[in-house]
Amino acid sequence: MTALPLLEIRDLTVEFATRRGTVEAVRQVDVSVAKGETVGIVGESGSGKSVTSYAVMRILDRAGRIAGGSVTFSGLDLRAARERQMRDLRGREISMIFQNPRAALNPIRKVGRQIEDVLRQHAEAGSGDARAKAIAALEQVRIARAAERYHAYPFELSGGMCQRVVIALALACRPQLLIADEPTTGLDVTTQKAAKDLVVELTRGLGMSTLLITHDLGLAAAYCDRVVVMEQGRVVETAPSATIFRAPAHTYTRKLMKATPRPGINLRDLLPEAAPPAPAAASAVGEPLLTVSNLVKEYPRGGATRVLGRLFRRGDESSEAAPFRAVDGLSFAIRRGESVGLVGESGCGKSTTSTMVMRLLDPSQGSILFKGEEIGRVPGRGFARHPLRPKIQMVFQDPTDSLNPRWTAARAIADPILRFGTVRGADAVRARCDELARLVGLPVDLLDRFPHQLSGGQKARVGIARAIAPNPDLVILDEPTAALDVSVQAVVLNLLADLKAELGMSYLFVSHDLHVVRLLCDRVIVMRAGRIVEEGSTEEVLEAPKADYTRELIAAIPHPPVEARAPSPS
Amino acid sequence: MSAAGTPVLETAARPPRSGLGATLAHAGYVVSENPVTGLSFGLLLLLVACAVLGPSLAPYDPLASDTAAALQAPTLAHPFGTDQLGRDILSRVIVAARLDLAIAVFSVLLVFVFGGLAGIAAGFFGGWTDRIVGRVADTIMAFPLFVLAMGIVAALGNTVTNIVLATAIINFPLYARLARAEAAVRRNAGFVMAARLTGNTDLRIVLTSILPNILPLMMVQMSLTMGYAILNAAGLSFIGLGVRPPTPEWGIMVAEGASFIVSGEWWIALFPGLALMLAVFCFNLIGDGLRDIVDPQRRT
Repeated sequence: MTALPLLEIRDLTVEFATRRGTVEAVRQVDVSVAKGETVGIVGESGSGKSVTSYAVMRILDRAGRIAGGSVTFSGLDLRAARERQMRDLRGREISMIFQNPRAALNPIRKVGRQIEDVLRQHAEAGSGDARAKAIAALEQVRIARAAERYHAYPFELSGGMCQRVVIALALACRPQLLIADEPTTGLDVTTQKAAKDLVVELTRGLGMSTLLITHDLGLAAAYCDRVVVMEQGRVVETAPSATIFRAPAHTYTRKLMKATPRPGINLRDLLPEAAPPAPAAASAVGEPLLTVSNLVKEYPRGGATRVLGRLFRRGDESSEAAPFRAVDGLSFAIRRGESVGLVGESGCGKSTTSTMVMRLLDPSQGSILFKGEEIGRVPGRGFARHPLRPKIQMVFQDPTDSLNPRWTAARAIADPILRFGTVRGADAVRARCDELARLVGLPVDLLDRFPHQLSGGQKARVGIARAIAPNPDLVILDEPTAALDVSVQAVVLNLLADLKAELGMSYLFVSHDLHVVRLLCDRVIVMRAGRIVEEGSTEEVLEAPKADYTRELIAAIPHPPVEARAPSPS
Repeated sequence: MSAAGTPVLETAARPPRSGLGATLAHAGYVVSENPVTGLSFGLLLLLVACAVLGPSLAPYDPLASDTAAALQAPTLAHPFGTDQLGRDILSRVIVAARLDLAIAVFSVLLVFVFGGLAGIAAGFFGGWTDRIVGRVADTIMAFPLFVLAMGIVAALGNTVTNIVLATAIINFPLYARLARAEAAVRRNAGFVMAARLTGNTDLRIVLTSILPNILPLMMVQMSLTMGYAILNAAGLSFIGLGVRPPTPEWGIMVAEGASFIVSGEWWIALFPGLALMLAVFCFNLIGDGLRDIVDPQRRT
């Protein structure tokens, strides 16, 4: 390590004024970043990792305040610095990459102009050369045809491309320190890898330091020199990333690492305590429950060109664009008691498929045979009253968004019971709610709370209880753990496996994460651009993928080198 | 009663802990956090008291004229002075509160029900419903709203019912558009999809999932338009449409007093105008406080 760190955070305490008095979000945190070093701050939501970085940039919101400690950036005390000085530092000396690249860009300004703004603000460019420098910045992040893309608006670019623009913005003034706050969380795994590799390459090339804030141990392991683990506002462990994964000292670090899905483990290994082995999957039993054949969903190509084309009748038949096929001739089957994983990156049509099977969306062609009955023909709007409605249920991706904010947990779980009329009478309904709550491991006294009074994991349990309330045969899990912390994800995945064994349901597990799918599913279907790329038993697909695309997907997922499986360099 | 038995049917929308007591405690918190809200609620209480108890609070008969005491400046006997017919202005201001508030409350309720529902339907169902509601709202917006209200009252006749109706119609676009935008945002929310899966029909989804979540915003809107409705009613009366003299009404009283300002009798127009201003002020301030109280996110 260098003698003088570039950024030195010592005893930092940040308080927030809330209705229940002041809350310390960050307590006596020490972090130092040397020149050219990449330090990762790892922790679950609420651990104070983002607040720490906001305190460094002095962009805490109004209720927050630095209550103690010091933040020194190359000899300058940031806590005492004037707002004017901070403005100069931000962007020029310290810059930041935020989580959602699309939200971080001004939607109505050309991306090239946005880069120019930063350059001019910090007097790195004048009116003459700003444009050339902006284009050079775009080229630096490997945006093809940078001179053309200079004129693009953020909505014209893909998520990965937007992230590249954000990186270009952050690096435009060649800052000494880059703070990356969950820089790749919203992106697909392959895009994620490309973006992260790019950041590493550029920062290494420029001799910059990076503070990487992430919840993903795998990401931190792959890219950081040192890792700081935070829990509930405190630093619990600081160590070089090579050692922290081989010999985690703190129990929390160990728990976190245990909960991270990785190759070569089973579902029970994720839990902190030893649990009875997962019930043997009654694999490949029974008759086909759901048979989807030749499913197609087409969307007309929209946009101004089409409207104009129709107005002027310019284009002949050949120029009329073919409708866009989100799902293109998909066929698969799910047997009773089986879990099937549907894997692919965003835009591959996996959600469209699950929504059609769910009968919330009408397919353009093809058939959906459920329990021997053709349900693909029943219009989605009328399916709410169909006798098979209770038999297909769904667990949604975002547990917060999928609960009515004005209903208590009990009311949310009771809704399907009341609507389908399986149980009658207020006492009986309440008893069933209690039973379901126990089944999903939700304390019964939490049933009278509103969603905003529950934690993410508890909300996920409410969502699962609601889905299993009408005794469904098929449950569609739409990335049910994507919005959860790893330790909560571990518990929820185990819960889902237990419920399946206990109630004999089938799962269609929609996910982008092959490691998570592997833990829960017997079979996997890999999708790309509306078609099936590869299909087979989970072991086969993950151990010996046939398609290049599957191989690429598996390789892109970062995972920590746990349990000395990787050859150790030391 | 068993705590476990009741809260499952429709009553389960409220947890047992947040009954009336909890709501009041929460309201108390909101008021103490923001004294202006407390002030506006106090003002509202005063206005409601005037409206309900009106005639019994007034020291004099608001219609009794006494030419001997005409055009007296404020004195202890007549704190707000008397008008050209010797009627006590304080009594008239107090009694007028009932009529003005009634017009405002009924017109706002009317537009809340029709505008709100039309807007929700437009946002939730889209398509033709949306187009029809949108064009109706556009048509209304195409006229200067006060002129439209004048036209409606002039055409339908000079009655209180028609003032209520006119006020409701000119506020329709505000409600329909707000409700439409909010419903459209929630149409594809996870909990609406979940409600579909649990066998709810569209009508039920609108009533149980969409409407309750839009209500806090609608409340704020109602409170703001309440002030506007009072102004509108007073404005119509001021120009001679709507309520007729000698009925005590703030708008007419300002209109009657206006001609006396030049000759120095300022109190005839000032006090009813002040009452009008306070009422509008009060409803505008209450909007913010109301939002904090009805929003479940703020209740922890």
